[in-house]
Amino acid sequence: MKDMTTGGPAPSAEDMKLIKKFLEDTTLFLGPDPEIMQNHDLMPRSADEEHAIANVPDTHTIAKIRDRLQAGCDEGYEMVEQMGAAPGAKWGDVITGIYSASGDLAIASAGGVLLFSSVVHHPIKFIVKNWMNEPTVGVRDGDGFIHNDSRYGNVHNTDQSMILPIFHEGRLVCWVASTVHEGENGAIEPGGMPSMAESPSDEGLKMSPFKVVENYQIKRDLLTFLQNSVREPKLQLEDMKVKLFACLRIKQRIEETLKTDGADALISTLRLTMEDVRAEVKRRVSEWPDMSVRTYIIQDSTLRENCVVKVNCTLTKKGDQLTFDFRGSSPEFTNRATNTILGGLKGMLSQLFLCYIWPDLPRGQAAMAPIEVITDPHSILNCSYDAPNSQSLMSIFTGFTAGQHAVAKFLYSCPEKFTKVHAPAFNMINTFIWGGVSQHGETLGNLCADLNGMGAGATSNRDGEHALAPIFATMADIGEQEVNEEDVPFLQLVSKKMTRDAIAPGKYRGGQGYTMMVATKDSEQWGFMTTAQGAKIPPIQGLFGGYACGTYPLSKVQGVDVYDVMLNEPEKFRHSIEEIMNEQPFEGARYTTHHMGMGFDISKRGELYMISQGAGAGYGDLLERDPVGVVKDIEEGLMSAEVAARLYKVVFDPATLAIDFEATEKARADERKARIARSVPYAEFVKGWNQPKPPAHLPYFGCWGDDVETLYMGSPDKTRRGDEPKPNYMVHPKDVRIAELEARLAAAGVPGDEKQ
Amino acid sequence: MTMKVPMTEYLRIDLETEKWECRVCDHVIAPAAGNYKEGLLVHNRDPREIHPPVIDPAKYRYTFCPDPEWVRILEFCCPKCGTQIETEYATPGHPPLWDMQVDVPALKAQWASRGPAMLPDAGPAVVPGRGHAH
Repeated sequence: MKDMTTGGPAPSAEDMKLIKKFLEDTTLFLGPDPEIMQNHDLMPRSADEEHAIANVPDTHTIAKIRDRLQAGCDEGYEMVEQMGAAPGAKWGDVITGIYSASGDLAIASAGGVLLFSSVVHHPIKFIVKNWMNEPTVGVRDGDGFIHNDSRYGNVHNTDQSMILPIFHEGRLVCWVASTVHEGENGAIEPGGMPSMAESPSDEGLKMSPFKVVENYQIKRDLLTFLQNSVREPKLQLEDMKVKLFACLRIKQRIEETLKTDGADALISTLRLTMEDVRAEVKRRVSEWPDMSVRTYIIQDSTLRENCVVKVNCTLTKKGDQLTFDFRGSSPEFTNRATNTILGGLKGMLSQLFLCYIWPDLPRGQAAMAPIEVITDPHSILNCSYDAPNSQSLMSIFTGFTAGQHAVAKFLYSCPEKFTKVHAPAFNMINTFIWGGVSQHGETLGNLCADLNGMGAGATSNRDGEHALAPIFATMADIGEQEVNEEDVPFLQLVSKKMTRDAIAPGKYRGGQGYTMMVATKDSEQWGFMTTAQGAKIPPIQGLFGGYACGTYPLSKVQGVDVYDVMLNEPEKFRHSIEEIMNEQPFEGARYTTHHMGMGFDISKRGELYMISQGAGAGYGDLLERDPVGVVKDIEEGLMSAEVAARLYKVVFDPATLAIDFEATEKARADERKARIARSVPYAEFVKGWNQPKPPAHLPYFGCWGDDVETLYMGSPDKTRRGDEPKPNYMVHPKDVRIAELEARLAAAGVPGDEKQ
Repeated sequence: MTMKVPMTEYLRIDLETEKWECRVCDHVIAPAAGNYKEGLLVHNRDPREIHPPVIDPAKYRYTFCPDPEWVRILEFCCPKCGTQIETEYATPGHPPLWDMQVDVPALKAQWASRGPAMLPDAGPAVVPGRGHAH
């Protein structure tokens, strides 16, 4: 926008006051507030906090109260996990917490989705700023506010929060909130995370923070509106109640503290907990070497089409300042859902520190508070208000991995570590999202908890664990599939079986992913979708000479009813993707493979959908791997003997797997020599390898090489400057396909005599 | 005594000579203020050799193998001992990253105040009997 120049004198202070009042009185729409949304640091100390800290500075009292409040938050978390109706709630995709009166998250539940710790404070700050003194709304004892629109906070619109103010003797002393990955939210596809969304209007419920509870009662008219807006009205009611009662339990624990220790002790505890954590983070960072570490992670699709989408990261540490610079990452997609708001990215970086680097720190907003994050405006990591972001997980997870990969290179030399140095975990939600009408006649839309079964990265002293945990939560579970199957009309015919040869090799190998095969059984109105990247390019990097994982496609078998096969010819069924796809045991069936961005697909009884969870990255040179570990991997079905022998250069008897250690040592020495022989010096290599622009055959998005200011937008000739946003539309994949087929028809000489 | 700070599983910086060195064979690789990769050998690896097809590439478009037209694995090894020091999954033609740009004077000052007793126990050269604490 051009500067407005009047040519006259600057307005006086009195005029400015009048202009400000005029603008405030005539605001047409209270959209997301950049002042709130771009800031993840702590609010300044309030007068109340200054007063409280002066009255109650004693660290022992504060530690005692903090533990008590922490127990209260954990109790609330347990309640949501035990009573919540959403699969996400049952399996730990939850957080509960206590927020300062200004809205900062001071103490959060120890388990669950810690990334929420950096994003749930935004809606509270919106309420404080806009509703507190708004006569038509107000904030009173007994009120409760609901929220889900990620542009006002949170990660994506499938997460819903219940937020309660806590008053003591008429004064607002803090807030409590409970947030759950609810799943269904009335979007264009079931399950709450539509990959088909081309604008925010396709993303279902968009609740800016509003009051839905008065006198501790959920308002029935608003509840009915919300139920009427989603596919699972029962879920909407149940979980609003569960979140409300979890908040009330935490409120009860706070009131007990207020009774025994007083308001100043509570306020002082909340504030000093955050300030102490913030100061401790600065101290820990100062122990790292001063350095810049560069890495990049590639997203290989928008979930609609394959393309090369760069997440570019330079992590710089100087003194006690740590800065993530993500400039140079892909521009936002105007009509694709894989963009994220900046808060979501910061949340995942917070998760990195709270789960993987400093798991001993009290959970809350403060751990991320002093860490700086820089991005380009309207980029895939800091998208605009008008860009869809329902699949923001794709960008926040790859952003997380860039951070995890970079941090490891700082930690190695640091004498003071709080976890082992480790390679990146797998980072994609390789699971089935499902929806339709169940065998009980209920309309459902949600997902399998297998997204929580990501393989762990290897560490400096051991292999990664298989299917360990999601990168976005601690103490989350992959659930009991059999229990789930009581409610849904499909079976996981193969579940939790490791996918052989889908490996991440290294001195210590990554934890492996498992196979999932599903088929609908008892409904004619049921379908699946998958929302993950990484079918063409691995979404992680290896560490210190270790390798990343491979890639993971979706396989389908159509034109078969496997339930009939299992009943009549059970010997034909196979229990691995490898066997089913290679042997094609069902005559007449159609066997196909796809990338992992399958839009909602109505399934027929007995047709197979097959995917695999992914492996975490390997660590170190694979020739240093203990040969015994290699053979154990063969015995456990993680790797075929042929692949093991070829990659790890272990010599063993194929029949008995007995290792010939001497021959192995020689084979490995030979391989090191062979490496030297086939490799070329760096200077010579880059002469032949380096290109000035992205290759023409790749739809490439993001910066190239050191020039982070020029962002490519799908071809070597189409660019924007990092700081100058431009629309970035993608063509509908079906239109692309139609154009390809029309071109083939034209090339084959079919006359194009259609009227135009 | 010269202090050598282990920076990765296979790399260290000699604070006196200000050089990157291989921790396996002591080979002097490159100036510590620069990109250690410039002193290593590189191989452009077809990713299908490391991540083998699980399903038949003759029949299917997606096979569990990374697409070699879309991504390559740059393997960096020590020119003396052949240890694989780093890998980089790279877009074809993308310049390799200067992944660790160290502020050497700051590193020297940091370790001057710490002393050699604080050197981390991690990687191949662990000294027996000297545990770590956290």
